[in-house]
Amino acid sequence: MDEADITRALKRIAHEIVERNRGARDLVIVGVPTRGVPLAERIATQISQIENYHTPTGALDVTLYRDDYGTRQAIPQSTKINFSITGKTVVLVDDVLFTGRTVRSALNALNDLGRPAAVQLAVLIDRGHRELPIRADFVGKNVPTARNENVTVRVKETDREDIVRVEKL
Amino acid sequence: MDLLIKNGRVIDPSQNLDTTADVLIENGRVTAMGSELRNPQSAIRNLDASGCIVAPGLIDLHVHLRTPGQEYKEDTQTGTTAAARGGVTTVCVMPNTAPPIDRRSVVEDILQRARTEGNGVHVLPVASVSIEAKNLQLSEMAELKAAGAVAVSDDAFPMQDAGFMRRAFQYAKTCDLVTMLHCEDTALTHGGCMNEGIVSNELGLRGMPRLAEELAVFKACAVAREVGNRIHILHNTTKGAVEQIRRAKNDGVQVTAEVCPHHFALTDEACRGYNTNAKMNPPLRLQEDMEALIEGLKDGTIDAITTDHAPHAAHEKEREFALAPFGIVGLETLLPLCLQYLVEPGHLTLTQVIEKMTAAPARILGLPYGTLQNGAPADIVIFKPKAQWTLHAEDLASKSKNTPFDGVSMTGQVEATIIEGKLVHHKDTKNTEIS
Amino acid sequence: MPLCLCGDIPLKLQRKHILGLQEMSAEEINLVLDTAANFKEVLARPIRKVPALRGKTVCTLFFEPSTRTRASFEMAAKILSADTSSLTVAASSVTKGETLKDTVLTMQAMGVDCFVIRHPQSGAPEMATRYVRGHILNAGDGCHEHPTQGLLDLLTIREAKGPIENLRVTIIGDLLHSRVARSDFWGLQKLGAKVTLCGPDTLLPPEFDKYGACLKTNCDAAIEGADVVMLLRLQNERMDGIYLPSVREYAALYGMNARRLKRAKPDAIVMHPGPINRGVEISNEVADGERNVILEQVTNGVAVRMALLYLLLGGEE
Repeated sequence: MDEADITRALKRIAHEIVERNRGARDLVIVGVPTRGVPLAERIATQISQIENYHTPTGALDVTLYRDDYGTRQAIPQSTKINFSITGKTVVLVDDVLFTGRTVRSALNALNDLGRPAAVQLAVLIDRGHRELPIRADFVGKNVPTARNENVTVRVKETDREDIVRVEKL
Repeated sequence: MDLLIKNGRVIDPSQNLDTTADVLIENGRVTAMGSELRNPQSAIRNLDASGCIVAPGLIDLHVHLRTPGQEYKEDTQTGTTAAARGGVTTVCVMPNTAPPIDRRSVVEDILQRARTEGNGVHVLPVASVSIEAKNLQLSEMAELKAAGAVAVSDDAFPMQDAGFMRRAFQYAKTCDLVTMLHCEDTALTHGGCMNEGIVSNELGLRGMPRLAEELAVFKACAVAREVGNRIHILHNTTKGAVEQIRRAKNDGVQVTAEVCPHHFALTDEACRGYNTNAKMNPPLRLQEDMEALIEGLKDGTIDAITTDHAPHAAHEKEREFALAPFGIVGLETLLPLCLQYLVEPGHLTLTQVIEKMTAAPARILGLPYGTLQNGAPADIVIFKPKAQWTLHAEDLASKSKNTPFDGVSMTGQVEATIIEGKLVHHKDTKNTEIS
Repeated sequence: MPLCLCGDIPLKLQRKHILGLQEMSAEEINLVLDTAANFKEVLARPIRKVPALRGKTVCTLFFEPSTRTRASFEMAAKILSADTSSLTVAASSVTKGETLKDTVLTMQAMGVDCFVIRHPQSGAPEMATRYVRGHILNAGDGCHEHPTQGLLDLLTIREAKGPIENLRVTIIGDLLHSRVARSDFWGLQKLGAKVTLCGPDTLLPPEFDKYGACLKTNCDAAIEGADVVMLLRLQNERMDGIYLPSVREYAALYGMNARRLKRAKPDAIVMHPGPINRGVEISNEVADGERNVILEQVTNGVAVRMALLYLLLGGEE
């Protein structure tokens, strides 16, 4: 996917979110670092253009909730959610949906911050190979992959370019 | 049993001797030396010493045998075995036993144990200068001497009071005894556990300043100058102490001095990691001190090399650094460390180093050992000066394994040790008693 | 301000134990500070609990009384969902009773993943590393180091002043016996600060100038132009010799007051590891003044200890 593809996909996701939730009144958008955060911000911008309403956005660090410290250790980043999520519909945004374990961590992390009315999941890429009963509500593109392939998402905000690549390991 | 040592390079500093020769031992004494000595009787055992140095057995003026009272650290049997393994045939044992060597019965006990539990190594008690080693009341030096004490000392409990020191010197002089001194101004070292300097500051450990040793050496020499007695300064470690002794000798003070191998082999850097096997008193010092000690050995300011063999049980050393006891074992590393740190770098010749451990200590205490002259007791060490081996603490014969040289490569290995004609140690034989 | 940390690049400390800052690299120190800075957000949450160290056991082993450091460690461990156990051993009983070796072996047999050790003897935590499988975290040993205090001080300085490089930091007090000063000194030195150590000659470690410290006995001169003024607690319990004629004279010569503080930069901050002695090393007005960051230090203490526990224990099964 190149820049135009990514932009189109995010625009479509924004429309679907608004449609599914009949507006944006009780929505908050929360990105999962690192690249879920800029994607969440872009979706929020799109929504505000569609609905003329500013949707609160934030970043949700899931490092401390992961179940795989044994194989890797990441440095936790700050969760930046300066609004209440209780009673809201939270749209979680991440770049790639793979095993579902990151989303599981995110759901637990959200739990410690409040009690949302509902949680929905938006991802740019769904590459399959789920290990948990988790599915995305909004998908930019389904990309069938082999397990030994790697999906790289690069976004302008952190990587100076918008691109999605599938690479053999 | 009589012995003929064949083909060794015989070095005997007492006779200015360095030659390849055979040495004949009969009835525990050296009876002949020369090339191609014939075995007078077939019953005499031949010992081939080709490629080896044959020297008088080493005399160690400074050993803590721990008996009586602390046999869990060392006893006469293990201590004399360690000595023989290190080529040491005479040990002067320090008085900080429990009870201290401050009365005739303790001297007799030590000598009795040496006869019954020892392997033949000469065990010579050094009596305490004071009762209970408290430096308040003089010990009965004349009686102690009559019982067998060869000197008096305040080792481990250094005299601080110059008034007491002067009287101790005067009385020791009356008894014609050398006073062996642990020189430490304890007001300066109180609570210290290693050399005071940058390393102690980094480790957060209380230091023992070098000044404490220099001041005490100065004081002892000044008192001895006035009294006119003979003193021997134990385990010198600092540049300042060496300078004080050099000056005192030039001034005619009857002072002799010793160093221990660890003090010219290691610096206080060895304490890093809170290594309690690098903790001793006086402590490991600095590079410039090591150089001054070697200079002192070269110019004769330092007369002798001794071990300050100080065994401690493993559980005592497995403590927080400041709480662990001072001291390391040294009998089995004495000769290799001297060869490695003095002879190999060319600071001293082999003859000079042997002199510091044979003729010099014999002279300091007037002992009949340390020589291969005809008729002398046949105390002999045979060693390979260049043999390379690795020390493993668990292999030490000493009951305690507290050495900072565990796993370290050593130069020079003792092949055999003979005491009064008896082979008490041979490298290839495990038995301590070889017949 | 935290650096850009790539969330999925594994970063690790290069060591199993935290014994002091002297042995840590600038990179490692920065890793701890960055991690701690991020953990501060967790401290601000309504539910201050994350599951990162579930199933891990942290044992605080204190051979010296300390309520604050221990509370800080236990709070840090609990926020990360680790289980904590604690053992207080009266220092007096150590010499006659169980040795440190046996104490740690006993606690290890109960299943401890990380020991937090405070001990009156320098080197005790390092000694403990020879006997245990778990991690050792030094919570202050004798006159040696107090690495968590050093790190929390660095974090506090960084928050107040930005990058530590080239900052002028003056540490005043009993530097000879202070483990806090040693850890602060190594940390500041590694991160490029210009450090001045100030106290009477009886309390100055004489050879630290070899490591680039500036040693001064005159307090006014030492404070001149400082960005950070760190005061050390005058520890009477370490004064088993005669180092000072009186507390009164110490306060007069080295106590921090508003007049003296004027010599520092106008925006200089005042730090103290606590507990403070008002009227001794710090005057009442400075202790209550706006320029001190003493309570920030306390908060940062929890964050730094969380970071260390996480970095030590988080990366293993």
